[in-house]
Amino acid sequence: MKSNLKRIINQKLISIVGVSLAIFIDLLLSKLMASWSYSWLPVQASSAAPYVDNLFAFETGIGTFIFLGCSGVIGWVLIFNRAPKYDESFGEPIEGNTNLEIVWTVIPLLLVIAIAIYSTNINSTLKNLGSKSKYDPQKDLIQNSELGQNISDAPIDVIARQWNWEFVYPEGFSSSELHLPINNKINFRLISKDVLHGFYIPAFRLKQDIIPGSIIEYSLTPTRAGVYRLRDSMFSGTYFSENQTNVIVESKDSYQNWIHKTVKKVPVNGLNQAGILYKKRLEKGDRGWATVPPNPPPMVNEPGDYQQPHEG
Amino acid sequence: MTITNYDERVLKASHPVPGAPNNWRRFFGFNTDAKVIGIQYIVTALFFLLLGGLLGMLIRGELITPPSDLFDPSVYNGLYTMHGTVMLFLFLFPVLSGLTNLLVPPMIGAPDMAFPKLNALAFWLVPVFSIVLLASFFVPGGPASSGWWSYPPVSIQNPLGHFLNGQMLWIVAIGLSGVSSIIGALNFVTTIIQMRAPGMGFFKMPIFIWTVLAAQILQLLGLPALTGGAIMLFFDLNFGTSFFNPETGGDPVLFQHFFWFYSHPAVYVMVLPVFGIFSELFPAYSRKPLFGYKFVAVASFGITILSLVVWVHHMFYTGTPMWMRNLFMFTTMLIAVPTGVKVFAWIATLWGGNLRLNTPMLFCLGGLFNFIFGGITGVMLATVPIDIHVGNTYFVVAHFHYIIFNTIAFGIFAGIYHWFPKFTGRMFYEGLGKVHFALTFIGATLNWLPLHWAGLLGMPRRVASYDPEFAIWNVIASIGAFMLGVASIPFILNMVSSWSRGKKAPPNPWGAIGLEWLLPSPPPHENFEDDIPTVLNEPYNYGLNKPFVFDEEFYISKALNDS
Ligand code: HEM
Ligand SMILES: [Cu+2]
Ligand SMILES: [Cu+2]
Repeated sequence: MKSNLKRIINQKLISIVGVSLAIFIDLLLSKLMASWSYSWLPVQASSAAPYVDNLFAFETGIGTFIFLGCSGVIGWVLIFNRAPKYDESFGEPIEGNTNLEIVWTVIPLLLVIAIAIYSTNINSTLKNLGSKSKYDPQKDLIQNSELGQNISDAPIDVIARQWNWEFVYPEGFSSSELHLPINNKINFRLISKDVLHGFYIPAFRLKQDIIPGSIIEYSLTPTRAGVYRLRDSMFSGTYFSENQTNVIVESKDSYQNWIHKTVKKVPVNGLNQAGILYKKRLEKGDRGWATVPPNPPPMVNEPGDYQQPHEG
Repeated sequence: MTITNYDERVLKASHPVPGAPNNWRRFFGFNTDAKVIGIQYIVTALFFLLLGGLLGMLIRGELITPPSDLFDPSVYNGLYTMHGTVMLFLFLFPVLSGLTNLLVPPMIGAPDMAFPKLNALAFWLVPVFSIVLLASFFVPGGPASSGWWSYPPVSIQNPLGHFLNGQMLWIVAIGLSGVSSIIGALNFVTTIIQMRAPGMGFFKMPIFIWTVLAAQILQLLGLPALTGGAIMLFFDLNFGTSFFNPETGGDPVLFQHFFWFYSHPAVYVMVLPVFGIFSELFPAYSRKPLFGYKFVAVASFGITILSLVVWVHHMFYTGTPMWMRNLFMFTTMLIAVPTGVKVFAWIATLWGGNLRLNTPMLFCLGGLFNFIFGGITGVMLATVPIDIHVGNTYFVVAHFHYIIFNTIAFGIFAGIYHWFPKFTGRMFYEGLGKVHFALTFIGATLNWLPLHWAGLLGMPRRVASYDPEFAIWNVIASIGAFMLGVASIPFILNMVSSWSRGKKAPPNPWGAIGLEWLLPSPPPHENFEDDIPTVLNEPYNYGLNKPFVFDEEFYISKALNDS
């Protein structure tokens, strides 16, 4: 009788130690995975990036914990609970356990509420998206100068077309490349001349669809000098994947230099990968399925250098 | 003995046309027998899985190298659009309707579906809209190429200006598919509500029936929104109206609301029956009762209700105001709770079981494993700041293939293997099945696991070309895709040869509990005919010594004698 009780206690002890050990290892691996997850993302080049990456690491940690926990149990039963061949006998006939059900309803509930609150806070910190107003794509843009008095607050107009990007600066010139001064909050007006496009700079962790018929105000703060890709992220038709360009974040001085230099430049054809490909297509007899022809490249003061290496 | 909820109409339900010819030819005509229709659906759908898989491999062929060198980008766009459309509307929905047709009447003890003729009509719409859709490959200008979302204004650009164009055929096909789904849904819901065996109260229904009911109610609630959106899109495209056309004052974002109001729940229409399959198979192959039957059952409806109020999570970066993004982030994350209840219940069902790792169980376990992974990336996508970075990138493609292929298609394969003996009367070859599973699991993992990283690094989806830094992930993915192509060979071989000369199947080869297993394999024309069993207990009483139906012995020996 006594030794029986002892055996039961011993078994309980072993399983408690075992489960604790498993949870400890799971926690450790989840922590490792969370810190590793930063390396899966491009360089952090905007004030939003650290927030996004921390949140991602946090969810990677929680996710790893749950994933390893669940698959650990599955792995366990696969090893220890396999039926021998031709054995059709029953397992333990457990029908359920209301306490357990409550535990695994309430814990995930609290967990997602926590994640949602954490993310809601980040959303109100970041506040990249401004207001959205109607815009008639047939009409020309309101001149920038009519807007902000202070030229450094005045927005850069991002104009998306099938398939090129044009950035119109408040100083009155335009560029195929997006130059930005580091550590300054930059305002944009996102405008599409035809279909939906997406303004996406992975190194900034930011993306905003551009809606034809609307002007969307947007702002962000670059925090790291370098060359990054800007990609169209909302499918926009045939040459969608070619609709990318570079973002150049530079020091305030070299940004000012660039502006002074570029204002004086004679406008030339802007970046035009889609047009080049379309020309090739026409030369080869216009084979393929139907496409709207690409817009001619905009005349810009700065065509940029698409080939220069980019990080992220 | 408790007989509750016995509906007198069960025996008076309209019976299908008697005496359908009992040969292979019945599969090629207008047949009103749900078991024939089920197989018609499944075989048609599997054919389209092959076609959709071929299109998938073509796009993976293009993506094995960074530049767009295999096809013109216009062709790439058409191929990926058709791949998605074929997979969803020609493979997934039909294959699930097929399983539902096969399983619902026998599982609830009904002789057939409530409206056999409508049932056949719903099926015959599938080849009709499939032909409409596939015809678009041959019209001038090629097929629809604006993605399966068909977001305007791209979708209404109509470069050639012809009335007959690929996008227009696409809309017609989707509309007809919607009609077929509504007819199907009405039929399934009516059948389940009206034609259950005596004693089968709601809380004695198999979970598969619960999930079908939850899914089909979603169809009825959601499809009108999609249909409305599609009709307006059709008018914008072909008659120059301006519901969504900004040039004439329309609002393109409005379409997105119509579209996702249906298409988010549609994901649950597809995944719920697979949850049902998991809930049937895990107990059967673990030889244990389903852990927390009532919780699993009710969780299905928790998912149904929540899934109607999450659609804006597809629009976090379209200019949606912040309060709305926060709200829909919250509702989306709540779905993790009832889903978690199911996942934990399956795992608890496995715990302490006596696991038989045959092909259907392997697909279930693989599907569960993948689903846990896909569920976690799903919560990440619901998180607004993360979605703003990874939305519309390959992270999303990887996530939804983890759900749609690595979970849903796995569950469907599991279901096909599990019930194959029941409805064909033949056993499949276990060895080929295991080869199929191994190739599918490895191929699917190679195909979609690496793409998460491509997306995290910023590779947009729907691209025909990409920057070279993404090449490594894409090469691995393409190898996985071709492996999945190879995986279809043992599957086809198995199905064809087992059906034609496999070993004869006993009524209940897996020792499973459920009304369908009390029938001979294959079941007679009207299932239990006039001997409908009376259900006594919850299903899944493995090892509990509680009989599922009154006088079980009678049905077991009858099934044996009739086989
Ligand atoms: C051989 C297996 C498969 C391969 C190689 C494959 C590959 C792909 C690829 C490369 C894309 C393009 C992603 C993008 O650029 O956005 C895609 C999209 C898609 N796939 Fe698959 N896939 C496979 C199976 C499936 C299955 C089984 C389903 C559904 C049942 C499915 C549904 C979709 C959908 C809905 C899209 C989105 C299309 C769109 O963006 O409009 N795929 N697939
Ligand atoms: Cu959704
Ligand atoms: Cu999802």
